[in-house]
Amino acid sequence: MKIVVMLKTLLFNLIKGPVTRKYPYEEREPFPGERGVILMPDESKCIYCGLCARKCPSNALTVTRAPGKEWKYERFRCILCGACVEACPKKCLEFGSRKQG
Amino acid sequence: MSMIVPFGPQHPVLPEPLQLRLEIVDETVVSALPVIGYVHRGLERLAEQKDFQQDTYLIEHICGICSFMHSTTYCTGIEEIMNIEIPERAKYLRVAWSEMHRIHSHLLALGLLADAFGFESLFYQIWRTREHIMDAMEFTTGGRVMLSAACVGGVRKDINEEQKKFVLEKLAAIEAEFKEEAHVLLDDYTVKSRTVGVGILDAKTAYERGAVGPTARASGIKMDHRMTGYFAYDKLDFEPVVEDGCDAYSRTKVRIREVYQSIDLIRQALAALPDTPLKTPFKGNPNGEAAVRAEQPRGEVIYYLKGNGTDKLARCRVRTPTFANVAPMLHMLNGCNLANVGVIVLSVDPCISCTER
Repeated sequence: MKIVVMLKTLLFNLIKGPVTRKYPYEEREPFPGERGVILMPDESKCIYCGLCARKCPSNALTVTRAPGKEWKYERFRCILCGACVEACPKKCLEFGSRKQG
Repeated sequence: MSMIVPFGPQHPVLPEPLQLRLEIVDETVVSALPVIGYVHRGLERLAEQKDFQQDTYLIEHICGICSFMHSTTYCTGIEEIMNIEIPERAKYLRVAWSEMHRIHSHLLALGLLADAFGFESLFYQIWRTREHIMDAMEFTTGGRVMLSAACVGGVRKDINEEQKKFVLEKLAAIEAEFKEEAHVLLDDYTVKSRTVGVGILDAKTAYERGAVGPTARASGIKMDHRMTGYFAYDKLDFEPVVEDGCDAYSRTKVRIREVYQSIDLIRQALAALPDTPLKTPFKGNPNGEAAVRAEQPRGEVIYYLKGNGTDKLARCRVRTPTFANVAPMLHMLNGCNLANVGVIVLSVDPCISCTER
């Protein structure tokens, strides 16, 4: 009959200290390629073709050409699949980390 | 004198809203009636209104635990309709990510089971181990749960040498940490007193009621859809995990052994990654129908897809593993003690979001 099997782990945890970070003060570096938010760093490169909006499964992007040219992104509709980033012919869309969103 | 006790939809042991109306006499459950429909989102209908390539991302959101497996199975269905042969590297990558999902799902389920019998520190310990595999998934694809790595014709993401090294490091860390936790789940006297002999499902009933996945395998039924060798499973070396204890303890044991099996499968898949393109280009829309199956952490999922030559599907139907496991679960509940209901329900590892879609 085995009791207190967990004791070894518990004692080890007691000595070792917390494994969590003190989040707002200490932050982990985001992984490269983290999908946190869709960004368009340089809108002058965009040709307003509307391919990204057509590929988007959640209708988070709207592209208008007339009367004024506009690329609009709704952060809270976006599911961060990256279909737009792949579809962009001018490669002007990219992923940013969560903090940037 | 019997009375009805509602168990759920909001209950501390349930991760998702499922209601069970338990008819009890004294402390014993006489019969149980499941009530579902709390998280129905109409995703099958929505899938018929979107482009079949957009559906890959939509179908991924059916489940938050086996998301990648849902989207790959869907893609396999579309590939079958359109006769697309996917590249070898894509097959191995699909195996690798599927098995990562299996590890993270089983660790989640085991943690929740520990919580169900009131072992909070074990629950946190297991979920701490689970963070390793979440990191591995985030580093390889950019998302912790929604990988968005599958697409019709192959995969969208690659695993390079640096990422491969990271994944292997994380697998070694999981193996070392999980050994301690598995030891507690399997050998501790208190834990065993809650799981051994609880929720008996004999092999005959399991077969008749259509149990799938670890629930069926813990009752001695050697049924694992990976044995049919879809993706690259036919080139990898593994044996389905079968236990014949028929109780909650055996189901736990099956999951624990499957975690090690998945670690082994990822290592094999990553070691054998062939150097081919990731995606087969294709043209046109699906026209025809296909029914495909795949082994998810909870069991076998069935997709029925029908295309009519347009970019939208005519029908997309999903039979999820938890739906098949509800009938065996009700059988287990008959005659059990009211205090064991939580353990029995979580030993099946129900995923209600999958079931209702």
